[in-house]
Amino acid sequence: MKFSALKTYAIVYLIFLYAPIVLLPIFAFNDSKVIAFPLSGFTTEWFSQMWQDDLLFRAVKNSAIIAVSSAVLATCLGVFGARASTRFRFPAKAGIMGLIMLPMVLPEMIISMSMLVILLGIGVPLSLFTIIMGHVLITTPFAVAILSSAFQSLDKSLEEAAYDLGETPLSTFRLIILPLVMPGIVSSLLICFTISIDEFIIAYFLGGNQTVLSVYIYGQFRFPAKVPSILALGTILVGLSILLLTIAEYFRRRGIAKTGGKDTGGFL
Amino acid sequence: MTFSSDKPNMIEFKDVHKYYGDYHALRGITATIKAGEFFSLLGPSGCGKTTLLRTIAGFEGISSGAVLIDGKSMENVPANVRPTNMVFQSYAIFPHMTVGENVGFGLRKDPRSKAEKAAAVEEALAMVGLKGYGGRAAHALSGGQRQRVALARALILKPKVLLLDEPLSALDKKMREHMQVELIKLQRQVGITFILVTHDQEEALVMSDRIAVMFEGEIAQLADPETLYRKPASRKVADFIGTMNFLPAKILSEAGGKAEVETPGFGRFTLDVEDQITGKPSEGGPTVGFRPETLTILFDGQTAPDHESPATITEVVYYGDMTYYDIKLDGSDEPLRLSMRNVFGRPVLDIGTRTRVAWAPGALVLFR
Repeated sequence: MKFSALKTYAIVYLIFLYAPIVLLPIFAFNDSKVIAFPLSGFTTEWFSQMWQDDLLFRAVKNSAIIAVSSAVLATCLGVFGARASTRFRFPAKAGIMGLIMLPMVLPEMIISMSMLVILLGIGVPLSLFTIIMGHVLITTPFAVAILSSAFQSLDKSLEEAAYDLGETPLSTFRLIILPLVMPGIVSSLLICFTISIDEFIIAYFLGGNQTVLSVYIYGQFRFPAKVPSILALGTILVGLSILLLTIAEYFRRRGIAKTGGKDTGGFL
Repeated sequence: MTFSSDKPNMIEFKDVHKYYGDYHALRGITATIKAGEFFSLLGPSGCGKTTLLRTIAGFEGISSGAVLIDGKSMENVPANVRPTNMVFQSYAIFPHMTVGENVGFGLRKDPRSKAEKAAAVEEALAMVGLKGYGGRAAHALSGGQRQRVALARALILKPKVLLLDEPLSALDKKMREHMQVELIKLQRQVGITFILVTHDQEEALVMSDRIAVMFEGEIAQLADPETLYRKPASRKVADFIGTMNFLPAKILSEAGGKAEVETPGFGRFTLDVEDQITGKPSEGGPTVGFRPETLTILFDGQTAPDHESPATITEVVYYGDMTYYDIKLDGSDEPLRLSMRNVFGRPVLDIGTRTRVAWAPGALVLFR
């Protein structure tokens, strides 16, 4: 077998990308506080240690609240935005859509700094709510982008047919549009959830004394003794991510099979 | 195939105008469609035929004028309560439902029992030849079957008017011809007013009781297929429907429904213009038009009952049952198309053959 330069490059690239993630579970089960080879033995101690950490549970709970709220809010806003951009013509449409999509490329540092200044200026106490505000701002463009493609592929005459057969705009949305863009809504929820859960800067700036998972993990690295249990946590997160993607892919494929569309590739 | 005009009016357009911004899409449409009629809106793409259909369905508002359905003004009446149903060009079959759910979709608010609705769905499916297909997934159907489902779904609500937006354009030729006949039969069976939008003149001629030919947002001619074919109102209509030959004409005198006309090739003759429809004047002066089948090649010993002119054959296209000849009349440079039914024992003539063609002023149309 001949190894060309490009092939070698591709393999090195993939190793570079995934090796650190593979190391996570290896050291999470390693019976040593020092993160280094050779491995010294198998243990599940780090997992039980992690399990007893009350602060971690608080951080997980906070992150879950923020991520779920942000994902739901951003996806709802995304439905409105995507529908407006794909179905209606209105003045300054390009400008308005551009401003909605801008936070996607705007440095989060700028968003969090300016929000912090405003929130403190008008006297809003920093809390989970302020983090959710920030996360909705940065995840909405992703929701709009994902949902726009879902709405775009929807034949306009399907809506008109439902109208024509006596449905109101609202029941048409419920009976026809919603079921057909459901795969888009599910992937929007998942992407927004993922973005929110590992977001750091906004959560750090706008969280006040509330700690979320990413901030908590970063803080724990100051204590070398805590590192193995953080790796254990990381292992669980990797596992959950894979599970989540698998579920999402399952629903996506089932949706395609049900409507008889062509599979144009998804997450996996 | 004439349609009795004593039927009540189903659709009335009264000076309908439609603007998209600066674009004038419908320019004063005034027309009446009778109850139970199979009516076609025919024209090239962009002529406003689909827009006009959508003003009936209520998907498109109008800028001025009025659209009446069964005598009632449709101003401010939304699409979902109009007594019309539509078969879409893309069929718009709901892909996440079964065939039965698609067909029964319009019955959702129907107070009848579940069993009665199921029977209605089955009946509608049987009507379009899809008996027993109710449980199938809608996305697994072929193009022709989708078309039938769309028809059943629209007809189950027993609308006063069925609107068909280029319903056959997505089918292959054989299926299209088959569905044309099916649609005619179905229309006779249910007796509902059908309004068809098409750009296919043959389809319109085959299926319709009457046809409105549209160009640039206006109705150029509204007539039954035979009148449209034999007495087109303008050169543009004549050009759009079938093949027509044109010769430049000089009108020498006109009196009492008769016109003295002179053309190169045919010479001077008298034309009966009393029953001729006068449409828009054509560019480049008056012409006479005639269909390829109204010219006949005269073989040795044959004489014309009316007029004959000498000509030369310039092109021969053999179609099996028919032969198309391109000819030039002596004294004219216009290439003319002539069609002859092939009869056993009669030879197909070669290019360059000198011949005589028979013609009759009764088959000529004068375009001013």
